Amino acid sequence: MKFLKVMKKNNSLILFCIDHWDMYHARQMQEEIDYALKKSQNINNIIIDLSGLKDIDTAGAVIIHEMIEELKKDKKVNLLKASKEEEKFIDFIYASIAKEKGTPAIIKPLNFLERTGKYFVDLFKDIWLFTVFIGQATTSFFMYISHPKRIRFKSIVKGIENAGVNALPIIALTSFLVGVVVAYQSAVQLQKFGANIFIVDMIGISVTRELSPLITAIVVAGRSGSSYTAQIGAMKITRELDAMETMGFNLFEFIVLPRIIALMIAMPLMIFFADLIGIFGGMVVSNYQIDISYAEFLKRLQSVLDLKHFYIGFLKGPVFALLIASIGCFRGLQVEQNTESIGRYTTVSVVNAIFLVIACDALFSVIFTKLGV
Amino acid sequence: MDAIGKKVVEVKNITTKFGKKVVHDNISLYVNKGEIYGLLGGSGSGKSTLLNEMIMLLKPTKGEIKVLGKSVTDISKKDALYLKHNWGVLFQSGALFSSLNVRENIDTVLKEYTNLSKKTRDEIIKLKIELVGLKMDVLGLYPSELSGGMIKRVALARALVMDPKILFLDEPTSGLDPVGAQEFDDMLYNLRNMLGFSVVMVTHDLDTVWNIVDRLALLGNSKVVAEGTLKEVLKVDNPIVNSFFKGKRGMLRRNADGK
Repeated sequence: MKFLKVMKKNNSLILFCIDHWDMYHARQMQEEIDYALKKSQNINNIIIDLSGLKDIDTAGAVIIHEMIEELKKDKKVNLLKASKEEEKFIDFIYASIAKEKGTPAIIKPLNFLERTGKYFVDLFKDIWLFTVFIGQATTSFFMYISHPKRIRFKSIVKGIENAGVNALPIIALTSFLVGVVVAYQSAVQLQKFGANIFIVDMIGISVTRELSPLITAIVVAGRSGSSYTAQIGAMKITRELDAMETMGFNLFEFIVLPRIIALMIAMPLMIFFADLIGIFGGMVVSNYQIDISYAEFLKRLQSVLDLKHFYIGFLKGPVFALLIASIGCFRGLQVEQNTESIGRYTTVSVVNAIFLVIACDALFSVIFTKLGV
Repeated sequence: MDAIGKKVVEVKNITTKFGKKVVHDNISLYVNKGEIYGLLGGSGSGKSTLLNEMIMLLKPTKGEIKVLGKSVTDISKKDALYLKHNWGVLFQSGALFSSLNVRENIDTVLKEYTNLSKKTRDEIIKLKIELVGLKMDVLGLYPSELSGGMIKRVALARALVMDPKILFLDEPTSGLDPVGAQEFDDMLYNLRNMLGFSVVMVTHDLDTVWNIVDRLALLGNSKVVAEGTLKEVLKVDNPIVNSFFKGKRGMLRRNADGK
């Protein structure tokens, strides 16, 4: 035994605490104590001798204290003091334990029904709060329009650069690849019918009308929506937002609207850019895969791609932008006073934005089909 | 325990430069075991920088710093970990982990570095909370729900949890009201007496200096302007010492104490 020597003398049990009782040997100390407790089962007189202690820290003192409390339940315990310095420390620790006030509040974990209920209540609360947020943004927008001097042109231009211009390379890459993929897949099918030339209709319409708005929106949600949330969340934690509030700066005018407006301007332009690159990707594949020359492709494109398809895709831009930017800002403002919530809300923001974009796209499809556009 | 008088921190010929700006110009000082040592100086005098160099967050440009006999300016991983187990650091803002509650904040190091049972850890945590003068009700609270004074106390409890041999404090009483600051000073003083650790603190709270600091160094113009006990420092005739201790705030204090 390294820490606790157990000896029987007459009808009492002597527990000799020796060596260094510190937190790094807790497990061994605990094992030796368990062994001693087992030995003490039929003995009523216990003597705990601390005089052999070389050094003790808080953990050691607490462990000995627990042992004494355990033994005291049904036995008589005598304590032999440690050397002066250790004794002073032990006395101080035990006095402090005796002084502990209050009880820690116990938080009961929620059961399944409570969790489900909480989830839906929170969901409806979020929807309500988002509605309020959109309302506030709208009123601030009318303030903007009635006082054009208050429009933050600089932030808007900066926002267009950050969210739009800087995103062009990644948008070019993704939409080119999507164009390539669609062209490849349809080329194989169309060849079976000998309807090679219809690949132009296929690519032209699907890219402009559906694919490039969606791809752009997803890239932007991942890129800018998340950064809005993280940025605004960090500003909230460092209390920059509170500072602005006290200076009389309206958060919507200074933070939210410039971002929403910037994205609403940038997004349609990015979609147009994605249209060009996506169609180009399809064109390259058509040329190599099914021998439709670039000239042939472009000629056919002119006759089959009605302007309305392009307009529909183009018009989705501001709507998607509104969704992404407002969700991003809304979630950013919801961030709580801890760093973990930045991560949580950023994730939530991207997931919400992508879901809403796709849901909105589906709605558009239904509406346009019913309208026969 | 080692004899009193042994040096727990030794700063030898430290020079620190940020770009062309010289923060420390060949400064030396030492801290004895068991004493409360104050690093003083105006804003930008490099006292926090020096503290950060002691706790290995920054590296000085030149010179050597020894903490608990180990040279932190050139240290093995094993020794670095030894030091990190044996010191406690209290940051100015508390730096509590905002996503953990008070209990978990104090528990992190214990859980990571020892194999104490949960029951024992809980008892140690409760004990530390008692030592810093808080009630057990705070254990379930999150840092955002605590007041400034409570944050400092919880951070101190966290710094104390491994029974450190030396405690580094960065402006512990800044942001506290005079009563809270006084309580914090008293608490620190008593804990030092009972638990026997050494304290190095950056401060510009003159009350703290007067009440609990054993020895101090006053930094200014990239040098140590004066070092020693308060009495010794006050004897030094230097414009920085004069403006620091003999300005209006210092005078009030001196008059009140009859010094």
